[in-house]
Amino acid sequence: MNGEELTEQETALYDRQIRVWGADAQRRLSKSHILVYGMKGTAAEFCKNIVLAGVGSLTLVDDGAVTEDALSSNFLILPDENVCAEKTVAELCCNSLKVFNPMVRVSVEKGDLSSFGGDFFDRFDVVIVSCCTLMTKKSINEKCRKLSKRVAFYTVDCRNSCGEIFVDLQKHIYTKKKLDENNQPTTVECELQYPSFQESISVPWRTLPRRVSKLYFAMRVIERFEEAEGRNPGEISIEDLPAVLKLKKEICEAQSMNESHIPNALMERLVMGRREFPPVCAIIGGILGQEVIKAISGKGDPLQNFFFFDAMDGKGVIENISYPSLCN
Amino acid sequence: MASLHHSSAVKAAKVLMVGAGGIGCELLKTLALSGFQDIHIIDMDTIEVSNLNRQFLFRQSHVGQSKAMVARDAVLRFRPNISITPYHANVKDSDFNVEFFKQFNVVLNGLDNLEARRHVNRLCLAAEVPLVESGTTGFLGQVTVHAKGKTECYECQPKPAPKTYPVCTITSTPSKFVHCIVWAKDLLFAKLFGDKNQENDLNVRSSDASNSPENGEDVFERRDNENIEQYGRRIYDHVFGYNIEVALSNQETWKNRNRPKPIYSRDVLPGKLNHQNGNVDKSCATDDLSSVSTMASLGLKNPQDVWSLAENTRVFLESLKLFFASREKEIGNLSFDKDDQLAVEFVTAAANIRAASFGIPLHSLFEAKGIAGNIVHAVATTNAVVAGLIVIEAIKVLKKDIDNYRMTYCLEHPSKKMLLMPVEPFEPNKSCCVCSKSPLSLEINTHHSKLRDFVEKIVKAELGMNSPIIMHGVTLLYEVGDDLEEDMIANYTANLEKVLSELPSSVIGGTMLTVEDLQQELTCNIYIKHREEFDEEKEPDGMVLSGWTQAPLEKKDDNKKLVGNGGSTSTALPTEGQKEVELVEISEETEISGKKRKQPGISGDETNNHNEIQKLDVVDDGEDDLVILDQCDIDKKKKKRLQ
Repeated sequence: MNGEELTEQETALYDRQIRVWGADAQRRLSKSHILVYGMKGTAAEFCKNIVLAGVGSLTLVDDGAVTEDALSSNFLILPDENVCAEKTVAELCCNSLKVFNPMVRVSVEKGDLSSFGGDFFDRFDVVIVSCCTLMTKKSINEKCRKLSKRVAFYTVDCRNSCGEIFVDLQKHIYTKKKLDENNQPTTVECELQYPSFQESISVPWRTLPRRVSKLYFAMRVIERFEEAEGRNPGEISIEDLPAVLKLKKEICEAQSMNESHIPNALMERLVMGRREFPPVCAIIGGILGQEVIKAISGKGDPLQNFFFFDAMDGKGVIENISYPSLCN
Repeated sequence: MASLHHSSAVKAAKVLMVGAGGIGCELLKTLALSGFQDIHIIDMDTIEVSNLNRQFLFRQSHVGQSKAMVARDAVLRFRPNISITPYHANVKDSDFNVEFFKQFNVVLNGLDNLEARRHVNRLCLAAEVPLVESGTTGFLGQVTVHAKGKTECYECQPKPAPKTYPVCTITSTPSKFVHCIVWAKDLLFAKLFGDKNQENDLNVRSSDASNSPENGEDVFERRDNENIEQYGRRIYDHVFGYNIEVALSNQETWKNRNRPKPIYSRDVLPGKLNHQNGNVDKSCATDDLSSVSTMASLGLKNPQDVWSLAENTRVFLESLKLFFASREKEIGNLSFDKDDQLAVEFVTAAANIRAASFGIPLHSLFEAKGIAGNIVHAVATTNAVVAGLIVIEAIKVLKKDIDNYRMTYCLEHPSKKMLLMPVEPFEPNKSCCVCSKSPLSLEINTHHSKLRDFVEKIVKAELGMNSPIIMHGVTLLYEVGDDLEEDMIANYTANLEKVLSELPSSVIGGTMLTVEDLQQELTCNIYIKHREEFDEEKEPDGMVLSGWTQAPLEKKDDNKKLVGNGGSTSTALPTEGQKEVELVEISEETEISGKKRKQPGISGDETNNHNEIQKLDVVDDGEDDLVILDQCDIDKKKKKRLQ
């Protein structure tokens, strides 16, 4: 014991979850600092989960004003016109989140995240970016990787009834429970290496296993489309479908992949995904919450390195998109 | 699918949620965001502090208030224009009859106990309303869909009965810590602080007749001239010292077992308890009985610490002292409550001392409390994931998208890369007595077993009927009801005490009894088979129901398991190391046996044998993916269909 015991208040409040991950993990959570960029429905779900879990602090970045879209899938924004008119999405969410757990410091940071330097990100243990351009994802990931302290990096995106999570824990050392030769429970230490987002998406498609989730490819096409057109993330609609399908064809050719491998029907669904589908927000926000808790506590196998969910088939799949030498 | 925000099926739907707890809070939030506009929610509980780590609609200031009401108010804050009707009531109340259920398009369960789930299952079948069931424990979760006639009902697959232990294991030969907890909670605590008139197995039954205690005197009663410390030490020495010596005198018991060691307080704590008497006085003075705590009094700070034998002894004696010093009025009426700090402290100490005696590892108060209180470990994230999955299934139900109904498992460790694994639902089980009305048979000694035993253990506990009517042909043997006449009640009361063969309409081998619950609209026909002998250990109730029944838990360790009937009796002490695990035990090796619904165009072998594992290839071609499990390793968790 390091003498920093959980307070009586913490023990009472966190009793049920301490029974899941232990007091030591709970202590680590209470010292961790989380940054979330982009407060749509899925991010809101994640924030709720991580605040309830009892992290040390949560910082929100989203200078957007409240819109119909924001209200539709973000339960942290209460539709009170007087309040909404003057505050940003992050400020409104912050007010709601604070009351979920008074022991967590929830605050707002304003400004353009992509302009912040490494010393900003150094304040955090975990950075999550949502509704982010491809360029911003890459740049923030790189800034995090350059720091001497390990800053865990995640992207999360939900479009229509599909969701994607990307995980970069760099070098991650953790423990997990196993049964030894005598079938007795024991703890083993493991180490994983993660590729950056850039490295991961650079893996040629034809080298990936055939069974890799099609959602991976589809999301990359959408990402590239929005970048090429200079769109804000999610700023896409059915009118864009012909152009998106054309881009899909081009990318597939460049990747030596048969373009029919990525169904047009899937592309159509994603293109119509300006609004998130709340059940998928809950699912993705929940999975992301569990992953961040694992990363902070250093307990349990974290997923490596993409997670996909499609409500159409109901599968929640982990895909390892990396060069063979980086696989564990 | 996102266009479902405006889907007419969702907008027009009337939905019933049962449970406003861990899953309920997440579910209500997601339903509201998804465009549902008419939601009813039933929950009988009030809010507790330990709920707040995951039931995020509740605040500290809400502790003590109705979950259903507070949940509704919280959700209306971000969806002010929808209708949420809360019921602070028990779903088993007669108000929630078939007519009530019929008004809904779908029922969504977020319950935490088997009894209520079975009850709702029956009402949904009777009302012909689809049911979406769910459960979570820690990182595991599952969601299943039940549509009458099309899929299994909730009871088609036998669910494990709550765990029980043989009496002798508890009273004489404990081998696990949980046995010590049951002893400390259901025997010692009950004996000292509970109803004195209750039967209690505390004194070990020994073949050595000379063990009978001082005649006419109850060892556990405090004597007039005894101060509290003397009393405490005397009880301690009796249960941990004397009783063990008596047990040891029976050589047979210990032939193949480690012998326990008797423990006397003078050896563990030679001196007097001369600590902080001031604290004891202080606690007497305070009105806040809930703050009386041994740990506080003894300066033990960390509930996660494992106390030494000496510390446990101190806690035992001090807890006893505090009960008598500041809660004397309650003594004689107390039952164990996991939120009663002093009771938890006492039970922890007593269990630990017994464990020490039997060479079983000691546990912390935190761990002991979890076992004694059947605490379910729970986190917000799993509930959130499950809530999302429930809403997805609910929408399929509303759109009558039958072919796409799925059972979905949330795994802690991925199986074939999947953390969320959908599986097609099964067809109804033809021998399910609930949805397929197939008859059962009961082996029973009709000359020894009374109607009361049949009613309590078979009809209520095992068959899950609340208000049964029992008939033999046209003769009413027993019924529960509000408007019964005096002479009928007298008749039934008398019948309960009669053995079956001596009932007004004699029940013997070959008799067919009809058992009904009108509220659940469930009728079971039970064929009686007379049997003389039953195994005391394996069949302690002297009754065996077959044809469709709850299966005993099958586990890797070879501890003898009883088929418990879940009821509290003096022959089988019910307890659980964990709360009733509602989930199918999920792991990578889990395979789901049974007949699948046929789907056109599935490749691979497909056998229709009920009792064998399906051997099918995973079909994986894009949007129309169906997950069908490969043959997995045969595993102890395999569920068998009972023919």
